[in-house]
Amino acid sequence: MGAGHGHRLHYHAHSAIHRAPAQLKIAALVVFMLVVVATPITWWWAFLGYAGLLALVVIWSRVPLGYLAKRMVIEVPFVIFAVLMPVVAQGPRVDWFGMSLSQAGLHSAASLLTKGTLGVLASLTLAATTEAVDLLSGLSRLRVPALLVAIMSFMVRYLDVVSAEAARMLVAMRSRGVDPRSVRQWPVVARALAVLFIRAYERGERVHLAMLSRGYDGRLVR
Amino acid sequence: MSHPQAEAPVLAVAGLAYAYPDGHQALFGVDLVLDRGERVALLGPNGAGKTTLVLHLNGILQPGAGSVHIGGLAVNPRDKGALTEIRRRVGIVFQDPDDQLFMPSVRQDVAFGPANLGLKGAALDRRVESALEQVGMAEFIDRPPHHLSFGQRRRVAVATVLAMEPEVLVLDEPSSNLDPASRRELADILRSLEVTVLMVTHDLPYALELCERSVILHDGVVVADGGTAQLLADAPLLAAHRLELPYGFAPPIDSLPR
Repeated sequence: MGAGHGHRLHYHAHSAIHRAPAQLKIAALVVFMLVVVATPITWWWAFLGYAGLLALVVIWSRVPLGYLAKRMVIEVPFVIFAVLMPVVAQGPRVDWFGMSLSQAGLHSAASLLTKGTLGVLASLTLAATTEAVDLLSGLSRLRVPALLVAIMSFMVRYLDVVSAEAARMLVAMRSRGVDPRSVRQWPVVARALAVLFIRAYERGERVHLAMLSRGYDGRLVR
Repeated sequence: MSHPQAEAPVLAVAGLAYAYPDGHQALFGVDLVLDRGERVALLGPNGAGKTTLVLHLNGILQPGAGSVHIGGLAVNPRDKGALTEIRRRVGIVFQDPDDQLFMPSVRQDVAFGPANLGLKGAALDRRVESALEQVGMAEFIDRPPHHLSFGQRRRVAVATVLAMEPEVLVLDEPSSNLDPASRRELADILRSLEVTVLMVTHDLPYALELCERSVILHDGVVVADGGTAQLLADAPLLAAHRLELPYGFAPPIDSLPR
């Protein structure tokens, strides 16, 4: 059984954005996000500017828009929350197509949607143009504590291993007539998730043994 | 060997007994001596205590009774200074390469052990490159381990240990899950290494192919120690210890004592 190729976010291309040093891209993303979040939502022209800047970067990176758009589905829970806000929030209300909506709620919903979308799109662009390995070395060059970088690198390394294990368990379930999508089978799926957790935990212990066997003494040497 | 002072054996286990914290006793007094340059197979059915024995060789587990010496140096998990040297001398290749390869790239993974020993810069790079050359994986140095095939990952796992320049290479089920071609490639690599090898396996043909001597461990004791061909020809011995030759396989008769 071959190993999964984990290019779920990275888009292979050779643009200037792809070649830029990872630490520069990470720093740019952080600064961009801080500025976006700090801008009051009433300065709508500023957001036009941010969106324009981001669009330029995306075009420059040659990552297809559709590629990013598909991955923006991750924002859906926040969109739902934003849509609910004007309905449930308190304060003065306005009437809109027969619905009574909270002004403050509308305000925060617009703010959440705009800033959230800019943030998700910018992060996806970083992920699409930077390999996970480069992201990690970028973080350590930015002096992020070695332990945090190590934890992230284990996550990158084992994400594929664990998701391949989960996929094999799903195939085995389907082969025995369980449809994991059906609500009635949720108890079975929940038990399978528990098994997956135990397996991941045991793997963690075996990895630790392998590290000890190669002279690991609790300090990561760079 | 005709040294005036006998050289300490590479690996010497004496009267080793061990019970897990839950009370299950896995080893009941194991004796095993490996001389420099030997390749020895450690055979035994599942649950015989093979892995428990292996984890004593580099001080991961602490003996309940008995002792383990590596090149004359006692293994004592409480002696942190000696433990680093023991773990350099004994290189363990675990069964699942995904447990052994935990860094984002092959280079970083192979460098992990020697870096823990204090190697840096060009010396570290040289060590990593030569270890990967020994297993024929030099061209994969900058690849992430999870993009390699299973056989390639097993070879890189061997390299991560070779990079520490061990005196004993301990392999846990090296042939498991390998296709026949990868299995043969790994055998070629193991034969080309000038290092003492202890190979834990229940792949009897593989033991015969690679190791002149075999040791059978069953229920926590060594029940046989001798030439691999002789042991494999002893059908009652194999049957008594839940070992079986694959269907149609017979050990070459001319390798038997006349």
